[in-house]
Amino acid sequence: MNNFTVEAIELTRVYGGREAVSNVSFTLSKGEVLGFLGPNGAGKSTTMKMLTGNLAPSHGSVKICGIDMIENPKEAKALIGYLPEMRPLYKELTVDEYLIMAARLHRVSAKHIKSAVETAKERCGLGHMSKRLIENLSNGYQQRVGIAQAIIHRPMVVILDEPTVGLDPIQIRDIRALIREVGGEHSVIISTHILPEVEMVCDHVQIIDKGKLVFNGAIDVLKKQRVGNKLLISMHNPPAADAMLNIAGVTEAESLPGGLIRVRFAENATPAEAIVQAAVHHGWGLYQIAPDQTSLEDVFMQLTYQEQVAEEQPAA
Amino acid sequence: MIINVARKELKSVFASPMGWVILSLLMFAFGTQYLNGVNDYFAVMSGAMRPAERTGVTQFVGQSVYGLASFIMLFAVPLLSMRLIAEERRSQTLPFLFSAPISLTEIVVGKFLGLVGFLSILIIFIAAMLSTLNIWSDIDFGFIVANSIGLLLMVASFSALGLYFSSLTQQPVVAAILTFVALFALMMFDRFFAGDPNNILANLSLTRHFQTFSGGLIDTADIAYFILFTVTFLTLTVRRLDADRLRG
Repeated sequence: MNNFTVEAIELTRVYGGREAVSNVSFTLSKGEVLGFLGPNGAGKSTTMKMLTGNLAPSHGSVKICGIDMIENPKEAKALIGYLPEMRPLYKELTVDEYLIMAARLHRVSAKHIKSAVETAKERCGLGHMSKRLIENLSNGYQQRVGIAQAIIHRPMVVILDEPTVGLDPIQIRDIRALIREVGGEHSVIISTHILPEVEMVCDHVQIIDKGKLVFNGAIDVLKKQRVGNKLLISMHNPPAADAMLNIAGVTEAESLPGGLIRVRFAENATPAEAIVQAAVHHGWGLYQIAPDQTSLEDVFMQLTYQEQVAEEQPAA
Repeated sequence: MIINVARKELKSVFASPMGWVILSLLMFAFGTQYLNGVNDYFAVMSGAMRPAERTGVTQFVGQSVYGLASFIMLFAVPLLSMRLIAEERRSQTLPFLFSAPISLTEIVVGKFLGLVGFLSILIIFIAAMLSTLNIWSDIDFGFIVANSIGLLLMVASFSALGLYFSSLTQQPVVAAILTFVALFALMMFDRFFAGDPNNILANLSLTRHFQTFSGGLIDTADIAYFILFTVTFLTLTVRRLDADRLRG
């Protein structure tokens, strides 16, 4: 018995002959926060709908804590809290009425409903909003009600579809803190297309593009790919790129327009000092040397773009 | 769990003034009809000399009130049932129910019971109102019970049909119009076969089956008809929602 909270096995969803999601497999362990990244229309929401049993997969299966979503939907759904992209709020009810209803529908026993509602409100900072109609709340508070609804029954897995969309920066910060906190005891899956957010709250990242998983790994792997062993050197009189290769530790050099040279060096080597010395010695006119960080956006672009090129090549 | 879904429906009916307004307006209509019925009873009976022309007060007043009730429900049920699923679909709240640990059947039956529960408030009020006749006369409670059961079964059938049409569309108004047209056609169906009352098709008419109850007769064949009608449309609704999940 493994202790995966979520297991997606070869999930595929076909819409009218087109595969919106194809062959997505992944697992999630207890206490992890998984970030789901992808451009618009990549299949993030479709995957989430399948994970929560709102949509039947064309092929493949979903297991929540070992319980199959298709065979035992009730038991599996009881372990999930889900906030869809469009908040499912009944706007004519007050916050309390709505949360009590959510607790009841998620089988919180009658004795514990009151404390469950109080805890959920407290965690989402809704304490003073109890008697307000949901309709009259601001966008950010409505989002909090949505999240409160998803965690009220203390599910094993919380699935939030774009939880920070349309919020102001302070609310975004609060909600990220909340996601981190929730992630401490439950497993959380969030989807987003805000890249720094992933770095801030997630342990695991998955990048999905055109329905296919193009990256799946720990956030550290992505960060490493981002920082890399690279230096960016700016010089007034740059030498040929080959001249750089003579310096100890440098494995690769590449001339860029504007007198820039990008240097890749071996693991554990620190060629910066040697490069500076060489620059002074040869009079290259060095004025700037810095680690070359690829932005997360670039990594993301690379990953989604590579896929595109790979697809186009066989056609050509 | 069915109860919780039904409670949710009742809560949202009474969360807005609509529920209260509909209850009070309908009760006002029935009350007026009741009052007129009692007045007419004295006028008609004082003119009826022969014993054969005389009918009991329960039947006289009851028939006019229940006749009006079955007619008004034809308009009231589509207006109430239209929101059940169409509105949730439009405001995208259905995932809230779909991702809760309840089956589709429980959702559909819960919604159905919520609506029938709301309408049975009216049925109970009508029965209570007619029972007040007992203060000054000796009324036939069996007649009231038969009519109440008949009205309840008919309202349940209306609701099941309304729920089904509500599950077909995103627009509550479209659902209401479709439900009304379908119910009206089913009510009027037996008129088309007035020349041939034994035609099998005439048996499909809802009015025909309500008539036995309104005469004070509880016939198992009619009960079976209403129950089958209701179950059929509830099953169709479940299948429609299941298709949502499968086709998306």
